Amino acid sequence: MSVTSQPTATPETVARGAVESVLAVGARPARPSGLAASLTFWWRAMLKIKHVPEQLFDVTMFPVMFLLMFTYLFGGALAGSTGAYLQEVLPGILVMTVAMITMYTGLTLNRDIQKGVHDRFRSLPIWRPSTLVGPLLADGVRYTLASAVILGLGLVLGFRPEAGVGGVVAAIGLLLVFCFSLSWIWTALGIVMRSEQALMGVSMMVLFPLTFVSNVFVPPETLPSWLEAFVNVNPITLLVTAMRGLIHGHAVAGEIGTVLVVSAGLIVLFGPLTMLVYRRKA
Amino acid sequence: MTPSESAVSVDGLVKHFGTTRAVDGLDLEVATGSVHGVLGPNGAGKTTAIRMLATLLRPDAGRATVFGHDVVTAADEVRSRVSMTGQFASVDEDLTGRENLILLGRLWGHTRQAAKARAADLLEAFGLTEAAGRQVKTYSGGMRRRIDIAASIVVTPDLIFLDEPTTGLDPRSRNQVWEIVRALVAAGTTVLLTTQYLDEADQLAERISVIDHGKVIAEGTSSQLKASVGTGALHVRLLDPQQRGQAERLLATALAEPIRLEADPAALSATVSDPRRVSYALSELADAGVEIANFALGQPSLDEVFLTLTGRPAEDQSVDRPDGEPPSAPTTEEVRA
Ligand SMILES: Nc1ncnc2c1ncn2[C@@H]1O[C@H](COP(=O)(O)OP(=O)(O)OP(=O)(O)O)[C@@H](O)[C@H]1O
Ligand SMILES: [Mg+2]
Repeated sequence: MSVTSQPTATPETVARGAVESVLAVGARPARPSGLAASLTFWWRAMLKIKHVPEQLFDVTMFPVMFLLMFTYLFGGALAGSTGAYLQEVLPGILVMTVAMITMYTGLTLNRDIQKGVHDRFRSLPIWRPSTLVGPLLADGVRYTLASAVILGLGLVLGFRPEAGVGGVVAAIGLLLVFCFSLSWIWTALGIVMRSEQALMGVSMMVLFPLTFVSNVFVPPETLPSWLEAFVNVNPITLLVTAMRGLIHGHAVAGEIGTVLVVSAGLIVLFGPLTMLVYRRKA
Repeated sequence: MTPSESAVSVDGLVKHFGTTRAVDGLDLEVATGSVHGVLGPNGAGKTTAIRMLATLLRPDAGRATVFGHDVVTAADEVRSRVSMTGQFASVDEDLTGRENLILLGRLWGHTRQAAKARAADLLEAFGLTEAAGRQVKTYSGGMRRRIDIAASIVVTPDLIFLDEPTTGLDPRSRNQVWEIVRALVAAGTTVLLTTQYLDEADQLAERISVIDHGKVIAEGTSSQLKASVGTGALHVRLLDPQQRGQAERLLATALAEPIRLEADPAALSATVSDPRRVSYALSELADAGVEIANFALGQPSLDEVFLTLTGRPAEDQSVDRPDGEPPSAPTTEEVRA
């Protein structure tokens, strides 16, 4: 396997003999499974975090800012005290923050495609969706990190999950499932949109109403009926309700089931759509 | 040539972007085991054509097969046998050279151990061992090109596409890339390379397709292309540039051909259809006391081929040559006076 028995290249030079011997042993191994390829792309995303740790800024600072801002801004007015408000608003902010950072999935993909490296991946005989699934799995790490930051700060501020560790873990699990599904919207857009700025604009336009016009900050009953109707079918509302249930020990199977169905629906709809635009992409 | 002997077979390939017909009815046959050069100026459609052959772009019309597999309907079979080194960076610049090669090794299906060993061997052979642990964005142009090509041969491909592999490289780095191409051929890999440099096609490629505006405008071996332009060319350099006017008149009469004045103030050249007139023309110069520093009688250079085929000099497109070296000189019968 080694080329040392052949004429070796000294640093910075290319020896034709060495190149020839390396070519002579370049046998093709068996094609990797879809899972193996996806995990390799997950590894690539981890390496990028290692080399460019600044990219974690938004998953750590965003949550801190949101939690402090909304707890103290609305706490007194809406729930009488910040302590009481925190119990209800923290699961909401968890959802809101992580839903917001899902849009970076699309931005990263969009940037990748603008560069040549994506062409190389596309010209390999691998399971096609793995180039998208791998990064989505890596985003799971970012989502978990953001959740941990919020929970950690929440505990310091007085957040007390009644269902204990088990409930919190289940809630985060549900959040990850939903956000993984939601991300497929951004991968589809990330492929279609021509520029990062345009993509950012569209993502914001979808995410802001979705996260704010929900039950994250206020109970829907206080809203005008037409708005209440929207809030009640908003997937973010459904998720927040299910997560509050899990965290505080009043989970309803139906609520969790609904979130899982919505998640599956997103994948069924946007997964193939993403692959379609991916194949069509010039 | 039957399709089974061809590594690449292209028939009437078309791709347009809006109103631009980037590739406009391209035909191409590349014999297995050969180096085929696709020569064309900026915007000729080279990259677009290669991207279609590498299954990255879907043709609008026409058909292309690679080792008999259709690039649209059997894309996966094509992908498993070819590699492509794009015109622009085709590795992840945030990762190190070693990480990039291991990543690709894993994607081809190597175990972690095998991928690491393969990466080490490739880095060694390409003279990149010292830079292996640095992010690719810190590499020089020549190193970047080498890591790009190394990334394309993590698994030895049966066919490799090299899109302008030496554009922007200094002569030393370019020579290194040429050595790699020769090693690829020796290992039995078919090479399809695009270039804007006539001398590169002349040096490396057995057959050359000249393309312009998305179409092949000439095809053949380098000698065939040259022969299609004229039987030969006479290049003369005088000792005294002052005598060029006189030499021009004498040669024009003796050869009965138009004489070209070169950029070098002491040099002239002419296409000759009857080589026997050359010795007569040279003795005319000697008789008139015009002293010759050297002369060469050879086939026309590919520059002259390009000029004849497109009506435009190829220098127009290659002004950004990094080394300022003139394109290929006449190849035969160099004589010093
Ligand atoms: N994605 C695209 N969208 C629109 N036009 C394009 C696109 N890609 C290429 N073109 C156009 O198609 C034509 C051919 O481009 P192509 O890149 O294939 O040329 P090339 O021969 O590779 O040129 P160069 O030597 O500069 O690399 C050009 O006019 C180019 O502007
Ligand atoms: Mg090009």
